Amino acid sequence: MIPISWYLVLSLFLFVIGAFGFIARRNVIIMLMCIEIMLNAVNISLVALGKGLQHTAAHVLVFFVIAVAAAEAAIGLALVVLLFKKTREVHMDEFRTLKG
Amino acid sequence: MRYVVWIPLLPLIAATITLLFGKWWFRKQSHWLPCAAVFGSFLLSFKALLEVIDGARANFDLYSWVIADTFRVAVGFQIDPLSVMMLAMVTCLSFLIHVYSIGYMEDDPGYYRFFAYISLFTFSMLMLVSSNNFLQLFFGWEAVGLCSYLLIGFWYQKKSAADAAKKAFIVNRFGDFGFALGVFLVFLTFGTIYYEPVFARVHEIAHTTVNLFGHEILLATLIAVLLFCGAMGKSAQFPLHVWLPDAMEGPTPVSALIHAATMVTAGVFMVSRCHELFELSNVAMAVVAAAGTFTCFMAATIAPTQFDIKRVIAYSTLSQLGYMFMACGVGAFAAGMFHLFTHAYFKALLFLGAGSVMHAMHHAPDPTDMRYMGGLKKYMPATFWTFLIASLSISGVPGLAGFFSKDEILWSAFASVYPWGKIVWLVGTLVAGLTAFYSFRVVFMTFYGEFRGREVLHGHEPHESPKVMTIPLMILAVGAVVTGWIGIPHVLGGENHFAEFMKPVLGHPHFHLPHGWEEKEALLELLLMGVSTAMGLLGIYVAYLVYLKRPELQRLVPTRWPWLYRYLYRKWYWDEIYHFFIVRPTLFTARHIIQGVADSVAIEGVVNGVPDLIRRGGEGLRRLQNGVVQTYALIMATGAAVVILLIYLF
Amino acid sequence: MEGLLPKLVFVYLGIVLVATSILVVTNRNAVHAVLWMLVMFLHQAVLFIMLDAEFLAAVQIIVYAGAVLVLFLFVVYMINLRTELRLHNFTVFWPGALLVSIALLLLSVQAIKAFRPAPPVGDMTTEKIVKLGHAKLLGRALFTEHVLAFEAVGVLLLVAVLGAVVLTRRIRLKGEGV
Repeated sequence: MIPISWYLVLSLFLFVIGAFGFIARRNVIIMLMCIEIMLNAVNISLVALGKGLQHTAAHVLVFFVIAVAAAEAAIGLALVVLLFKKTREVHMDEFRTLKG
Repeated sequence: MRYVVWIPLLPLIAATITLLFGKWWFRKQSHWLPCAAVFGSFLLSFKALLEVIDGARANFDLYSWVIADTFRVAVGFQIDPLSVMMLAMVTCLSFLIHVYSIGYMEDDPGYYRFFAYISLFTFSMLMLVSSNNFLQLFFGWEAVGLCSYLLIGFWYQKKSAADAAKKAFIVNRFGDFGFALGVFLVFLTFGTIYYEPVFARVHEIAHTTVNLFGHEILLATLIAVLLFCGAMGKSAQFPLHVWLPDAMEGPTPVSALIHAATMVTAGVFMVSRCHELFELSNVAMAVVAAAGTFTCFMAATIAPTQFDIKRVIAYSTLSQLGYMFMACGVGAFAAGMFHLFTHAYFKALLFLGAGSVMHAMHHAPDPTDMRYMGGLKKYMPATFWTFLIASLSISGVPGLAGFFSKDEILWSAFASVYPWGKIVWLVGTLVAGLTAFYSFRVVFMTFYGEFRGREVLHGHEPHESPKVMTIPLMILAVGAVVTGWIGIPHVLGGENHFAEFMKPVLGHPHFHLPHGWEEKEALLELLLMGVSTAMGLLGIYVAYLVYLKRPELQRLVPTRWPWLYRYLYRKWYWDEIYHFFIVRPTLFTARHIIQGVADSVAIEGVVNGVPDLIRRGGEGLRRLQNGVVQTYALIMATGAAVVILLIYLF
Repeated sequence: MEGLLPKLVFVYLGIVLVATSILVVTNRNAVHAVLWMLVMFLHQAVLFIMLDAEFLAAVQIIVYAGAVLVLFLFVVYMINLRTELRLHNFTVFWPGALLVSIALLLLSVQAIKAFRPAPPVGDMTTEKIVKLGHAKLLGRALFTEHVLAFEAVGVLLLVAVLGAVVLTRRIRLKGEGV
């Protein structure tokens, strides 16, 4: 039996890597992919805990997370396409119109 | 006797309604409601007077405002001889002046406002005199001051009027400060502010002393002198007298009502009401006598130099008020109140008569300047005769009201227990001569001789005033004669009803006759009466001499003693002295210290500085938002890390 | 020997997952990044199977690897930037990001050290999964306890579809040809 804490640590590593990628990459598509990595990390930890507690709610939640992530990826990419059509630019640090 | 509540209430209601609705609804008819209200008050006061003569008394609270353990403040009424006499006098005069104003203020655009204000003033004065506690007295005190301000500055577009109103209010404030301290001290000492308990227990502090700046003085002295400060301000005694002549900027009915008959007498009324307190302290009595004597003398020397008819009468008021305080200062409070009563009638008559003259001269650039009058006797007979009666009364001609009241004061002064009585008598007698002199100066300059104002009136002839103005004059003239007859002294065969009436409240002055005269009291009194009458007649004769018979004598004093003339003409330079020592430093402080330092540096520094600081902080924080989404994500992650760190550490 | 094999598999999976995710994050070429992500998802599916969650593993591959990544690939081809390969691919503040990430990692690991697994509360034991199948168990739970959330997610997906279509359609201006 692999202790659950190992899964949690693994999930943590993946999450942190995803977070770093989100903050540090300029390309918006890569940023979206990093979001997917983060969500997946969470999925791992949820499944592990579901196995540990032997409760179906955790796995059902994973199901929902995957569904939502897919929806979000779709919309996000649609927006990226729109953005590219308008400005022909996909680097996030070039967009400063929200500067206050 | 609860109906006395309506005595001040009726004018208040009239004033409120007139003020609120006068501009659009009543307009030219604004006078009906206030006149009716004040007449109603007069009838009620007269009824109360009759009841009090029969022996009724009342002391009740209408409405309790503050009830805090032992401290109680209420709207209360005390009806005794002193207050009911004041009620009757104030309402009678107020009504006559209301009627007079219908004619005098006829074309004024602020017609409704005037009636509202004088009704409001009547309410304030009535509250003052009928109160049964010091706080209501103070309320009335301040309220009459407010109405005085409103009425002096009635023609507020005129700068001199607005300035005079401010001066009156501010000078009064000096006095009111002392007065308020006095009231506080009364409360501290006795634990209550109601008259009855205070005066019942006033002997308890007969020997109590306090330590003031290292000196031991009687507590009674301190309280009395502080209260007298208010009287000095309100009744325009030296040193707070400077506002009264300037107050002549207001309409003449105002001068008659407020600055002759009622408001300025509030000080005398207050001192009489508190006489038990004053009598405990010789120092306080001396202060009162000194202030009264000095003012009496000073005003009487200034009056003969003035050319403005209203100013002369104003100084005459100052002088007569001095007489009243002189009476109080020698313990003859009933005599002081008697003079107050008679003076109200003949002084109001003098003012209203002057107003009538001014009404006739109103086309002139300065309707009050007596140098352009003269010979008005044949144009304005009613005004002339009533004015003459008033002048004779004030000069102390036997048989008229002023004679009886003034002589009672002088006799009480001479025979008084207090050591300064003789000085008071001497000054009083001299001033009687001066009074007659300047009063008849006015009569001769205005009504006799040739009319000098034809050019300034552009050919118009002066004419008599309408009946609505002359009838009050005639009624007041009757008063100026008859009101003295209730106080005919024993020595002339009368019973001095007035003093007897006031005795339960004001007591009886104590006499100490000079050595050898103890048996011949009546003779002494008659002698002194003769002396003062002689002074009066002498004054009239000198006025006749200088102004009618040999007019060249008018230039005698200005040419032989120009410095004296100038000193008197400039009112002893008090205005200039005050301006230099008080007004200028205050303005300097206000401008440079308060405005310059405290306001612009300290307060503006904080008020502007704090928003400035916040703005700069905000601007600094604003730079965090650089528009790049990933910085926000970085900050969020940093925040999360910090939170976990904190949780982990603690 | 019994416990060793699972551990070895886990270690392998763990290493591959971390390595591929780092490759995704640091790759200059977007297409490569997508492909590395595919590898990561496949390994994740195996991880799920290790945890007795077969249905989820299947869903992971079908939805994530199959649909989402394909979508990403489409968009990458649509964007098709050549200059991409020559510019910086990291933002200016990537050292700060790295620092914060490592800090976050260390702190969280420290926090997890105190983790004690709770006793089982549910009834999804391994025997049951073997007997009924994970799909059936999940399905039962989904359509009875969580049916409201299920419907909501359905609506959400509908909205997402509509949204994607609406956002990217061409707005026809007046007078313009098709």
